[in-house]
Amino acid sequence: MTTFADRPLEEQIAQWREYLRRRQAVHSTDVEELEGHLRDQLVALTDAGLSGDEAFLVAVKRMGSLDALSREFARAHSERLWKQLVMAPDAEKPVSTERTEVLVVLSLAVAAALAVKVPTLFGIRLSPDEEVPAFYFRNASLFVLPLLTIYFVWKRGLSVASGLWFALPFAAGAAFANGYPFHTGSDTQGLTALHLPIALWLVVGFAYVRGRWFADGGRMNFVRFSGELVIYYVLMALGGGVLTFFTMMMFMAIGINAGWFVGPWLLPCGAAGAVIIGSWLVEAKQSVIENMAPVLTRLFTPLFTILLLAFLATMMWTGNPINLKREVLIGFDLLLAVVVGLVLYAASARDPLAPPDLFDYLQLVLVVSALVVDGVALWAIAARISEFGFTPNRVAALGENLILLVNLTWTAWLYARFVRNRGSFAALERWQITYLPVYAVWAALVVVVFPPLFGYR
Amino acid sequence: MDMSKDLVAASATPLVLAILAEGDSYGYAIIKRVAELSGGHLQWTDGMLYPVLHRLERQGLVAAKWGAAENGRRRKYYRITKEGRAQLAAQRKQWKAVDGTLRGIWMEACAV
Repeated sequence: MTTFADRPLEEQIAQWREYLRRRQAVHSTDVEELEGHLRDQLVALTDAGLSGDEAFLVAVKRMGSLDALSREFARAHSERLWKQLVMAPDAEKPVSTERTEVLVVLSLAVAAALAVKVPTLFGIRLSPDEEVPAFYFRNASLFVLPLLTIYFVWKRGLSVASGLWFALPFAAGAAFANGYPFHTGSDTQGLTALHLPIALWLVVGFAYVRGRWFADGGRMNFVRFSGELVIYYVLMALGGGVLTFFTMMMFMAIGINAGWFVGPWLLPCGAAGAVIIGSWLVEAKQSVIENMAPVLTRLFTPLFTILLLAFLATMMWTGNPINLKREVLIGFDLLLAVVVGLVLYAASARDPLAPPDLFDYLQLVLVVSALVVDGVALWAIAARISEFGFTPNRVAALGENLILLVNLTWTAWLYARFVRNRGSFAALERWQITYLPVYAVWAALVVVVFPPLFGYR
Repeated sequence: MDMSKDLVAASATPLVLAILAEGDSYGYAIIKRVAELSGGHLQWTDGMLYPVLHRLERQGLVAAKWGAAENGRRRKYYRITKEGRAQLAAQRKQWKAVDGTLRGIWMEACAV
């Protein structure tokens, strides 16, 4: 090991290393690599006749500013960045931006909360004694997602002109959700309510990645963002539940029923505003709950694998056929969706360069057993398809099942190649993120085509 | 000569790949080779080479391995992969096209 006889020089190197280590985007092996470079440079410079101090100044200057360097590292390894609070702040970025952001987020959240109440002006009201009008279910995503898109358009510094392009899909969504003459309580209306948010979430994604869908790492970051947002949202919903409980209880104690406030105001407005606040929290405070989605994935992948294997074993042992009730197909859709989610979030936090480990085998077992279970269910359904007839719900559920099945089949193939060192993990990651728009396109199809196809039933 | 940031960034990938195509190397030696080849015109900030190398590694264009250096420390050596060579050939074509085009118009400018 080259150590310099010059003690102060060694101390300076140690100090420089310490500064570099504090950058979370730069890992310790990178520090080692960079230090090696610095030392090579120092040897060359001192050999050329410079004194230790002079050589250190020149070498450090040539290495470049640590801020710029760690920003570049963060860009090259975006999965590391995710663990970090924010990128090392830009030197040219004014301090006041943060305060502006809080203001923008708060006004958007208030706007979302108020947007929920706008239909009341037109006589479509929420009241604690009546059922929620179907209008609210069909349009739930339209109250919030446009405002969330505005937040990202602002945050990513997109021009107003490109912002207007984002308005188009929302306008189309509103037209399809409200233009069709749905029968009261019809299945197709329920399908629209469920699928419109999925289709429009892709639009939010476009704004999130600054309109550059195919650029490096953007889509995976959006996947991470979506997962963390769900977690933040659930946490906020729990908090909201506690708040609601105390509101009711305390006013009840003085003989006043707060139901008129909680039902039509607190719950819907809070639910809408929380989406915006949650997104901002995910964006700004990623490290408060560090990478929760991958942690949950690690926790539940083994458990789900055990569940699936136990289910298959029990079915084989007892010979019990799958009891085909109405919800069975939807249940298996959800199961596949959970498995895809587990694969996706495991991939989002994984270092694509690492060799396969035990967890990868576990994931492969999970995917394959999910495929087998779903295959058995589909077989049972196919055998009796004539009895069922085609209702909108069944066609939608069947379509979703096929989409997830295709994804998981190819995932299993890529995973098998990867664990046998025939392919790279990057290929698997690429497949997952390439597949993302398929979900949204299918959801859009259900919203646009299904109602007229099934006569708005 | 001060070269524009964008041009330096754009030329980094083909340059690093071309140097690695000459033989395996490591960060400091690559920087030295760049300075030598460009006659000092291409001045990289030394540190910036490493994110570039890591990105190439990630894209599978180069492979890295820790080895021992002459001075006994650990050093990360980089090697170009098959995909890297293909990418280099493609980049070479693109740069040739740019170079040819610029040459053409500058020759015309001289002739006038």
